[in-house]
Amino acid sequence: MSKSNVSMTVNGKAVSAEVESRVLLIHYLRENLGLTGPHIGCETSHCGACTVDIDGKSVKACTIFAVQAEGANILTIEGMAGADGKLHVLQEAFREMHGLQCGYCTPGMITRAHRLLEENPNPTDAEIRMGISGNLCRCTGYQNIVKAIQYAAAKINGVEYKEAAE
Amino acid sequence: MNAPTTPTSLERAEKLQGMGCKRKRVEDVRFTQGRGNYVDDIKLPGMLHGDFHRSSHPHARILKIDTSKAKAVPGVVAVLTAEDLKGVNLAWMPTLAGDVQMVLADGKVLFQNQEIAFVVATDRYIAADAADLVEVEYEALPVVVDPFKAMDADAPVLREDIKDKTDGAHGPRKHYNHIFNWQVGDKDLTDAAFVKAEVTTKDLLVYQRVHPCPLETCQCVVSFSKITGEITIYGTFQAPHVIRTVVALISGLPEQKIHVISPDIGGGFGNKVGAYPGYICAAVASIVTGVPVKWVEDRIENLSTTSFARDYHMTTEIAATRDGRVTGLRVNILADHGAFDACADPSKWPAGFANIVTGSYDFPVAHLSVDGVYTNKAPGGVAYRCSFRVTEVAYAIERAMDIMAQKLGIDPVDFRVKNFIKREQFPYQSALGWEYDSGDYHTAMQKALDVTGYRQLRAEQKAKQEAFKRGETREIMGIGVAFFTEIVGAGPSKNCDILGIAMFDSAEIRIHPTGRVLGRMGSKSQGQGHETTWAQIIATEIGIPADDIAIEEGNTDTAPYGLGTYGSRSTPVAGAAIAMAARKIKAKAQMIAAYLLEVHEGDLEWDVDRFRVKGNPEQFKTMAQLAWAAYNKVPPGMEPGLEAVSYYDPPNMTYPFGAYICVMDIDVDTGVHKVRRFYALDDCGTRINPMIIEGQVHGGLTEGYGIAMGQEIAYDEDGNVKGASLMDYFLPTAVETPHWETDYTVTPSPHHPIGAKGVGESPNVGSVPCFANAVNDAFKFLGSTHIAMPHDAYRVWQVAENLGLHR
Amino acid sequence: MIPGTFDYHRPANISDAIVLLSRLDSDARVIAGGHSLIPMMKLRLAAPSHLVDLAGIPELKGVRLEGSDIIVGAMTTQHEIIANDLLAAHIPILRETSTVIADPQVRYVGTIGGNVANGDPGNDMPALMMALDATYVLSGPKGDRRIAARDYYEGPYTTAARPGEILTAIRIPAPPKPHGYAYEKLKRKVGDYATAAAAVILTVANGKIATCSIGLTNVADTALFAKDAAQAVIGTALDKASLAKASAGAEAITSPAADGRGSAEYRTKMAGVMTARALSRAFARASV
Repeated sequence: MSKSNVSMTVNGKAVSAEVESRVLLIHYLRENLGLTGPHIGCETSHCGACTVDIDGKSVKACTIFAVQAEGANILTIEGMAGADGKLHVLQEAFREMHGLQCGYCTPGMITRAHRLLEENPNPTDAEIRMGISGNLCRCTGYQNIVKAIQYAAAKINGVEYKEAAE
Repeated sequence: MNAPTTPTSLERAEKLQGMGCKRKRVEDVRFTQGRGNYVDDIKLPGMLHGDFHRSSHPHARILKIDTSKAKAVPGVVAVLTAEDLKGVNLAWMPTLAGDVQMVLADGKVLFQNQEIAFVVATDRYIAADAADLVEVEYEALPVVVDPFKAMDADAPVLREDIKDKTDGAHGPRKHYNHIFNWQVGDKDLTDAAFVKAEVTTKDLLVYQRVHPCPLETCQCVVSFSKITGEITIYGTFQAPHVIRTVVALISGLPEQKIHVISPDIGGGFGNKVGAYPGYICAAVASIVTGVPVKWVEDRIENLSTTSFARDYHMTTEIAATRDGRVTGLRVNILADHGAFDACADPSKWPAGFANIVTGSYDFPVAHLSVDGVYTNKAPGGVAYRCSFRVTEVAYAIERAMDIMAQKLGIDPVDFRVKNFIKREQFPYQSALGWEYDSGDYHTAMQKALDVTGYRQLRAEQKAKQEAFKRGETREIMGIGVAFFTEIVGAGPSKNCDILGIAMFDSAEIRIHPTGRVLGRMGSKSQGQGHETTWAQIIATEIGIPADDIAIEEGNTDTAPYGLGTYGSRSTPVAGAAIAMAARKIKAKAQMIAAYLLEVHEGDLEWDVDRFRVKGNPEQFKTMAQLAWAAYNKVPPGMEPGLEAVSYYDPPNMTYPFGAYICVMDIDVDTGVHKVRRFYALDDCGTRINPMIIEGQVHGGLTEGYGIAMGQEIAYDEDGNVKGASLMDYFLPTAVETPHWETDYTVTPSPHHPIGAKGVGESPNVGSVPCFANAVNDAFKFLGSTHIAMPHDAYRVWQVAENLGLHR
Repeated sequence: MIPGTFDYHRPANISDAIVLLSRLDSDARVIAGGHSLIPMMKLRLAAPSHLVDLAGIPELKGVRLEGSDIIVGAMTTQHEIIANDLLAAHIPILRETSTVIADPQVRYVGTIGGNVANGDPGNDMPALMMALDATYVLSGPKGDRRIAARDYYEGPYTTAARPGEILTAIRIPAPPKPHGYAYEKLKRKVGDYATAAAAVILTVANGKIATCSIGLTNVADTALFAKDAAQAVIGTALDKASLAKASAGAEAITSPAADGRGSAEYRTKMAGVMTARALSRAFARASV
């Protein structure tokens, strides 16, 4: 139908709405739910600034209709810190390692990094670069993003962060 | 007896988190939580959305625009065309380069995707549907896409609006498609040097058209109140005050009723300096409807219509002695500006600061001539971390020096060193009119050579060349060198103005009674970290911890007038204003301290965060104590309060420099390259935050890598724009992007209050010629002298094919 | 950026999907991962009035062994292919190929069915399926039928699928153990279509190539089955001469488009280079 009811869970909260079928998930999140963390950087599905986490998968929210996410469990950057406001280790790591400048790619990048570390808790630098190859950044040149993710991985694994020679 | 422990000077200095330390960024707290405030995050009650219908033709007369179907779509509030804008005298707008530009197509279109109609609707989906339903009847006209043909006698007329004007904004025009000619240097002496030169080189060095492509496109929300006559404009503006003044000049609205706010900006890189039709149309729509109007462009619109960069065709000649001393430099540039000259240059500089083309070398004579022409392409030219055309000419001089070195049979490093401006020659008067403030090129170059093991790399390269000739390997190795000097910090009022406003910048610093600080500056960060670094300058200057200092930029109501952030000008100009304002505060605080401590001002000395009595250090007042005192215990006759404003008119530009070395391996059978190593040594004078400097360098190197190795906004012979989406425009991912090694020397600027020069654009300036030189260097032993950018695999393969390497 | 309007349907099983397609307007499209279709819809290059989402059909998922064939459900994602142990054990070239398709996010959602079904000459899996001699299972109003991948592609975006048919599964005969394999893809960056790519499956006996099949990606209107190129190396120990013959055989059947990645001549030559490199890698693997 051209309009449907869609229900999903976003950052732990059940939400539902009647939306046009063609409404992209990114617009549903940003405009209907007011979650302006994930951003839009292109219309050809290349930049990854819109990356969210759907049922344990990194997905570009600009390339899926909201109706396709019926019943899904979605995590955006806004859901990464704890309910008490304690930052996710990745959020701290990006700040610690200067893994951001303008901040526009950051929500998608951190959300992707989160899933990356769930897939692979001990990635090499090359695996991290492959792992974030769906997220473009124009400011940092990626190098400090790689360090940030390594730093977070070390913290999650309870080991000391050692800067590897790339 | 146990004296109470006072923290040492060192401990107190560390607590300040002032200049020189790797202070973690204040901005990151909100960015990492997705709580930045970007333009598209803004939602105002009743807000409408605007979208453009754009031209499919690159050059055509518009016979008819039918907006009836678009207007009939439910939810569409208005559809504007040039006819509607003429009613408010806004169908055309002035550009920063002294030209005029169509806001909406007026009678004809001049480049593909040019704006024709602006649809305003209740949501962006409806606006998109309606924009598709605008119908346009065109009469196609012949196109001009080759700038070298723009001034042919029978070239099509592009700008009918100025067809008969023989004088442009920058002097006489030689042809109806000509914009300006700009010359500097001594032509006669230079020509003479070439006539008697022992060796000369001459090459057409083309820096292809590219685009800065920040991750966030250009956008705005304009809200006009019919009740109060106030207009508030949120936008992606690198120079919000300039936008405000431009709006005042073109709209007739009084400037005090115009509130321009740049919130967080997702990358600028020069893309967001000038005004675009989307801003004007959104403003007109808001004025007409009385409700807020948002305009957000998509990526294809951004890449194909907003400020492109480069498109400089530079015939570059060097004259030298046989033993390698340069004796002259002659450069003729053809600049393709597209349909309108919308360059964001300071107004007297139609070719920006192209006369830095002498670079790091002591040319006794030089001459530069630049001709700008119109073509059927998007307007613009100055953008993408270029420092006003410095990237273009740095490419030219660094390539040309390599070409001459090859002709002379001298190592490219040795040839450069032989011709470096020497340390004792600074301040150095260049043959093209600049006074370089400071430099120590020999030290920087030597450091680069030592760290990279340059001579061993050359030995390795020689061995690999022999192996290639023997057929043992299909890989060739290139070593690229670039030693750039660039010019930033626009700029002194005697040289630089934007639309007549001098290019000073400003800082207003206020200390509250409890010793906390609020600073507001005329600059506007788009990722450079000013909220963090400006506080560091203030912290060191006045001894209050950076964490107690809030920095605001971007709201033109509260920020002192500034010319914005681009051209690496923030540290040289706003940074200087910050230091000067801080010193005014410190001077006042010293008077208060002297009064409180009952000594003469001259009896006091400054120690990190306090004034203390010389010889009697237990007698002190911290800045925090003085702040409190400023509100209740100032000396008789002194005004209470502790604040200062500085508008800083820099006495000169600043001249950062650097030594970059790249090692690259190329597979001749595919044209694919691999950057084995990239070393970048930058000298930006005093370093405020080394962590942020390193981040800026990484980012600029990555942009330069994209440019040199694959970026291009091209036009086919029919004027169709190619490569204007992220499917084709080469933005490297983390996988392709090389690992960067950064290093530095520190040669302070003698005229800057804290000796800082600025660094944001240096890596784009230096890296592009470094990569290009690496590719060229790889093929030299096979007889190649110049290969044009971009060095994508296909083009590199083609070079190998033409050299017969595939037989 | 904004697609046109459409009606959205989400059937619960294959037969409902087929009935839906037969009833809806002829411009109704199925949507699998959507990462080819939705970008086209956002640029308004595709404007279906109905979308039939296959995501709600469990029978379209899963990977299982049936005798010596591996059956891969059409809605299996690239990510699932990479993670699947059965495929890694029996058809390791699949994992190698999936890894160089698009980027991590796209691989989470993009399906093998979507990659093979619509005849996009830039997609990687069709050449692989040809090299593996896979069979596509199509379900339609007249029932199920099977068609060899080598017979399925007719032109750009033109296939042997009939209106109303849905590709539901891919049947792949497991290559002999041991076998050599390689997918050599020349691309400018992660996420790009191939400038040229070659898929090779071969077996070696007594140091010589016994069987060989080669598929080529994005160097013609469809993926190509390079019969002559493969023939050139059978019975050889993959010496320089036979490699050159194989490259030439690959080049001879290409007719690539010129585009931003290079001229037609370049892409043809790269088909040859990728073929040679894939053969060398596959041979080395088989000889371990």
